[in-house]
This record gives sequence, structure tokens and C-alpha cells, in this order.
Amino acid sequence: MRETAYWIWFVIAGLVIFVLGGLHMAVVHLSGIVGIFNPAGAEAVAWENVAFRSHSTFFMIAYILLLAAVLYHGFYGLRTIVFELGIGKACQRSLTVALWIVGVVLFIVGAYAAIAAKTLGAAL
Amino acid sequence: MEKEEKKTNITFYIRRFDPAKDEEPREQQYNLQVEKGMTVLDGLHRIKETQDPTLAFRFSCRMGVCGSCGMLINGRPTLACNTQILDVTQNVLTVAPLPNFSIIRDLVPDLVPMFEVHQRIQPYIKRSDRKEMEDPSGEFFQSQHQLEKFLQFTYCIKCGACMAACPTMATDRQYLGPMPITQIYRYCVDSRDDGRKERMDIVAASHGAYNCHYAGECSNVCPKGVDPARAIQLMKKELVREYFNLVGKEPCAKVWHLPENAERKPKIQAPARTVGK
Repeated sequence: MRETAYWIWFVIAGLVIFVLGGLHMAVVHLSGIVGIFNPAGAEAVAWENVAFRSHSTFFMIAYILLLAAVLYHGFYGLRTIVFELGIGKACQRSLTVALWIVGVVLFIVGAYAAIAAKTLGAAL
Repeated sequence: MEKEEKKTNITFYIRRFDPAKDEEPREQQYNLQVEKGMTVLDGLHRIKETQDPTLAFRFSCRMGVCGSCGMLINGRPTLACNTQILDVTQNVLTVAPLPNFSIIRDLVPDLVPMFEVHQRIQPYIKRSDRKEMEDPSGEFFQSQHQLEKFLQFTYCIKCGACMAACPTMATDRQYLGPMPITQIYRYCVDSRDDGRKERMDIVAASHGAYNCHYAGECSNVCPKGVDPARAIQLMKKELVREYFNLVGKEPCAKVWHLPENAERKPKIQAPARTVGK
């Protein structure tokens, strides 16, 4: 039933991407309408707006969650595509382990960036 | 005086392949006078009788029941006996063997891999009370609601049309395929069955239900109106329910014995054993 667990998390990750990715798109691309996260005006990538979001605990958590969901969802899809090429059981296991390692490393790097942006930003 | 039937000249392009002679399949052209009501299978018979006796194709019942004559007709996997020529074309008809299977000869696909998977999923009622299975003393009770859960999936005739239309089958040779997954679902939700766990282990593994790409083409082409795409999605639901232990501990159907002094005619006979003799 391991595949079932993987698939359930894949669906959950998809839902997280739908919500948090939607929020990200709204904040960045609909900044003229969704102005509450861009206090310095409609330019979403202006320094003041980026700094505001970086210092926000809500955005830090949202981006860490989004990162985890995107990595998991993407790597699950990649794994499925490679499995369809007809690789053997041993290769399947090795690929799964490799993707877990790469995914966790990328998550640590990305999560560190989000946390550092918040803590360093607060120190400035 | 009988009115003469109007005939239409149809050009058949039939894919030919003789493994003893050909390296690659090739198209061969035949012209045929087609009457209203003539099926593709009738057309193939006419060609074989009058033009080319070497043409090979598989058929049996000629009435859409046995599933033997599945082939690719004008790009759509379907039954040759169930398809009237003038319904699909007025001039050119292409006929090829079912894709996603290797070709034995001409229009005859090798369905053995499909039936091997079908056999692996144990497509029969499995129960723990073996004695009752081998020497039945009554009938298994099943309500209308319980029957309707799987009834439409029992109409599958294993013609292979869904397997031929499936894009996942085309890329993943280890994928179970729409037909076996549909049959797993059919038995998993049958209240008389006890083999849910074993079948779920097969369908929950890699190359199982989770590899479906949601194309839905299997349901689109099924000549019997079965909806394998729906069965696959319902199978995933069952797998998730099983994973979270949400499946009720409902015991499988009880045997209903006849009232005293009643006699059943004809007497229920145990089915002949076909597996594990």
C-alpha cells in the first residue's frame, strides 16, 4: 500500500499548490487588485513589497509549504514518467531513494532561504 | 419483383503482416461492393472468399458477444461484427490489428499478455468457506443495491478494445490495463467475494491503478458500454478507503438455505474447476 500513500500525498500536494500557488499568483500578478500584500503599491516586485512579504511569518510558512508541495508533486510525476519507461524493480527502488534525497536537499535549501529572508530581514 | 439493393464501392486498406515473410506490416488495398447492413466482418469474409484467401482475422460469434473480432477500424478499436461498413465510411475503410498488442498475423493480435494479467487477478468469486464453494448448499444473498455496484462491469467481453485505446498501455508495457483493473474493481465490490486484499495488493502496486492518465478513451471505445475509466477511479477510491481503514467490517454474503421441504429444480451444481486443478 506504499503506492497508495504516495498517491494520497500527491493529491494533497496538488491541493496545496492550487491554494498557495493561487495565492502567490494573485499576489504577484494581480497586485493592482490584491493590494493588501503589496503595501508599497501595485509593483509586486518592488523592494518594499518583497521585503514586506519576506518579513511576514505567514508568507514564510506559505512559501515553505508551497516548496514542499511543488517538490513532492513534481518528483512524483517525474518518478511516474520514468517508471513508465519499463525499468526494473531495483532501478525503481534506486530512483525513488534518489528522488527523496534530491527532494529533501532542495527543500532544506529552499526552506533555509525563506527562513533566512525573514530573520535577516527582521535584523535589517 | 424484388428491389435490387444499392451497392457502394468501398476501398479497404487492410494491414497485412506475415511474420515468416514480412519485416514490417504493410497496407494492402481491396475493392468491395458493399450493401446496406454489411458489417466489417462480413466484408473481411467476402474479401477472403473472393479475393484473397490468405487474409487472417479472428472471429467467432458474429454478434458482439465473444469479443474475438476486436480490430482497429478507421482508427478506432472496436468489434468488426458490430460495425456496419456504411455507418463509418462511404468510400475508404482502413482495418488494422488492435494496437498495444504484438501481431500474430494480419489482423490477429496476440492477446495472451492480457489474459495472463486477467488470470493473475483471479477473476472469480473467492471465499474462505471453500466447502460451500465446492458443494453449495444454497444461494449467496445479494441485494439489488449490492448487485448494481458492479453489474455494468460484468458486461465486459475481454475484446481488448479498451487496452488498445489506452495511451498508458502504449507507453508502459507493465501497466495492468483498463480491463484487468475494471475486473479487480468488479470483484472487490462484490458482496459475495472474500479476495479483496489479494487483488488490492496487485492493483495498488506500481503500474496499477495510479498510472491511469485519465484519458477516458477506454470508456469511449468499449463496444459493450462498460465504463472502465469510471471503474479505475472508483478503484482508487476503494484503495484510499482501504488505506485509511474506512472499509466497514461487513461480512461477505451469507448462504441462504431453502426452506424445509422445498426442493430446488434444477439442483445447484458446483461449477467445474478451471483454475488450480
